[in-house]
Amino acid sequence: MRLLDIKRLSKEYKGGTHALCNVNFSVNEGEFISVIGPSGAGKSTLLRCINRMIDATDGEITFDGVSVLNLKKKELRRLRTRIGMIFQHYNLVNRLSVIENVLHGRLGYKTTLEGIIGRHDEEEKEQAFAILDKLGLRNETYKRCDQLSGGQKQRVGIARALIQNPKLVLCDEPIASLDPNASKIIMDHLKAINKDMGITCILNLHQVDVAIKYSERIIGINSGKTVYDGPANELTMEKIHEIYGSEAGELIIE
Amino acid sequence: MNITESVVSNPIQLDKSRLKRTKSGKIKVKVLRRSQVVTNITLVSLVILTIYGFLSFNYKNINFLEAVNNTITNVRTMFLDSALNHFTLSESLYQILITMGLAFLTTVIGGVISLILGLFAAKNLTNEKVSNVIKGFVAFIRAVPTILWVLIFAVAAGLGSVAAVIGMTFHTVGYLIKAFSESIEELDEGVIEALKASGASWWQIVFQAILPSTATYLLAWTFLRFEINFTNAVAMGAAAGAGGIGFELFMASGFYFDVREVGFITYLILAVAVLLEILSTRIKNRYLY
Amino acid sequence: MEIDLFKKRRRQMTIVTVIIVALIIFFAEITKYDAIKGFTSIPAAIRWMFANFYPNAKSLDKLPSILSKLNETIFLSISSTTTAGVLALVFALFGSRTTKINNFLSSISRFIASIFRNIPVVAWAMILLFSFGQNALTGYFALFFVTFGFLTRVFIETIDEASYESVEALQATGATYFQIVFQAVIPSSLPQLISWLLYMIETNIRSSTLVGILTGTGVGFAFSLYYKSMNYNAASLVVIAIVLTVFVIEIISNYVRRVIL
Repeated sequence: MRLLDIKRLSKEYKGGTHALCNVNFSVNEGEFISVIGPSGAGKSTLLRCINRMIDATDGEITFDGVSVLNLKKKELRRLRTRIGMIFQHYNLVNRLSVIENVLHGRLGYKTTLEGIIGRHDEEEKEQAFAILDKLGLRNETYKRCDQLSGGQKQRVGIARALIQNPKLVLCDEPIASLDPNASKIIMDHLKAINKDMGITCILNLHQVDVAIKYSERIIGINSGKTVYDGPANELTMEKIHEIYGSEAGELIIE
Repeated sequence: MNITESVVSNPIQLDKSRLKRTKSGKIKVKVLRRSQVVTNITLVSLVILTIYGFLSFNYKNINFLEAVNNTITNVRTMFLDSALNHFTLSESLYQILITMGLAFLTTVIGGVISLILGLFAAKNLTNEKVSNVIKGFVAFIRAVPTILWVLIFAVAAGLGSVAAVIGMTFHTVGYLIKAFSESIEELDEGVIEALKASGASWWQIVFQAILPSTATYLLAWTFLRFEINFTNAVAMGAAAGAGGIGFELFMASGFYFDVREVGFITYLILAVAVLLEILSTRIKNRYLY
Repeated sequence: MEIDLFKKRRRQMTIVTVIIVALIIFFAEITKYDAIKGFTSIPAAIRWMFANFYPNAKSLDKLPSILSKLNETIFLSISSTTTAGVLALVFALFGSRTTKINNFLSSISRFIASIFRNIPVVAWAMILLFSFGQNALTGYFALFFVTFGFLTRVFIETIDEASYESVEALQATGATYFQIVFQAVIPSSLPQLISWLLYMIETNIRSSTLVGILTGTGVGFAFSLYYKSMNYNAASLVVIAIVLTVFVIEIISNYVRRVIL
């Protein structure tokens, strides 16, 4: 089943920087894809174009049969409810409790007023608690987010994405601010979401070894162009050099 | 069919007994914390006090709508039809210069005094006692409105620039000592320790470590205060006979009842104030954060 | 090289010092500021304060009327701050980078706020005096305008600092503008906003004393009345009352800040 189709995608920022140039690829349901490349290559822009957090200048994106770039405001909200997003800095409301942050994932399904007063039905709450249990945050549910460790915060971020019932989860550098231990826990959870729940995942990563270990498919980007798109086990040293530019490759992977 | 939904339909993992519930038996999402309670009490108190305030004001049977209408008409005349009638443009610029002069003198005198006392108010340079005495005294100075300081000094020095500058200096000192001592206290303890270890005297530490590493902060705070002092100097001109553009504003409004001239003077003050704000924001963004 | 640097720096310092001294002389000349009189007036004023500026038994009779005037000033400052705060919040939402609707509205709201805060409170008082006369509303609006301008600026800074990342996350879940405001922006910036409100109430007590002197309202009017009739004992009582009020407000504000921030 084809889930996502990206054709001739380009993004030019004001001032003329080409963040993306003619990017093409498609994603099948259930895939686990890592996007790698040097910083500033356009990974983040690519991810944000998919759920239109950034508007592409040119090209076509089809998600689940819907053409993304032509959507009106209301339809865009509907689209975004089906795409979860996880951030490098977790992007939680730190002064609110874990459970309140998780329930933010349901806002897209609500009327404006319900969302403003924060009304959730019992089923949603039970689902939120169940997801938190699954992610090992059983004892943190009522804690304020500023009391959590980085790894715990990122799990709250995952929970917030999961409660959206997404078909696709976009992860923008999910482990870049975490220590190796917490990184492993987060990557394992993401993998489990993909395997057990069948949710498609696209990750921006800058650790090549992690990308090779966890994903089946890798997309390499350099200066806004795809320079590699293929299975993780076929990613040769030569290709890594090409993605990261001459010597950088050796520094990244031993 | 999405698989996440199976988590809902199959909530075996969910131990429902640990969920907090509201009185009506619903699952609790909001847990009241002390900070939340205090926030709510503060907000509710402010609303109640505001409403009480509006009910208690002595409106002296003013016709509100008429007054608003008049104000709008006046404001329109002021700003769209502003003119100078009682003095010339160059005179008005000279008055602005006088107001700036009052602000400048105040800031320089206040800055020098604050620098010396600020050193003694910083906890990492003196003992706790001296610091607390200075800070307490300074808090008292700040609590008295500037205009009252000026009027108090006017009894001894007579109304005019001397009383205005000294009175405003008091408030400036109150403000800058707080800012200076806090900037110095934020300094890395290691710097002072290293110099102490090398046998440097107190004044050597001040001149070799404290001043070089905090100079930009101190200057930025001083400029910020200059901006405030300009506004204050306008006020002292109007309310305490200190001269300058504030006095002209007071005359135009309270003596000649000349709306157009009030408009022109307001434009002048606004222009200088905006200029100073832009400058001080630049300095602040560059050096304070 | 080293020596050159020192030389250069010393020369710069000399130039700056010369400029500052020149400015001091120039400004002292045009403002007719007499430096000697300035310094001698401080001990003179302190001597005078100890001799005359303290409350006595007779001035205590005035206490009830002073307190009622003080009451007016306190409520004037609270009412103007809270109402201006509400309007400032609306303008700050339009003006902030994170919550703006579009660039045009953002610039407009920043511009309006800048005008309001840079026209000094005295000027507002003088303008409003024309049509509102010696009325509590003159003071109210004068404080309201300046407070609105100031709070809009600091609210914009607060919102920008507090909520950029969570706003992005909520946008990605498909939340609407108002949902984002109430679920992310307000919860993350509310404590800081309240802190600014409290700061402004304290500042406005002082400003409204000034406005009161000009517009004949509140505790400023009481002070200028006693001052002009040379009843310094009663005037000193007014000062003490204001200081105590500011201290009490400061203590309450500090407590609230400690708990909520």
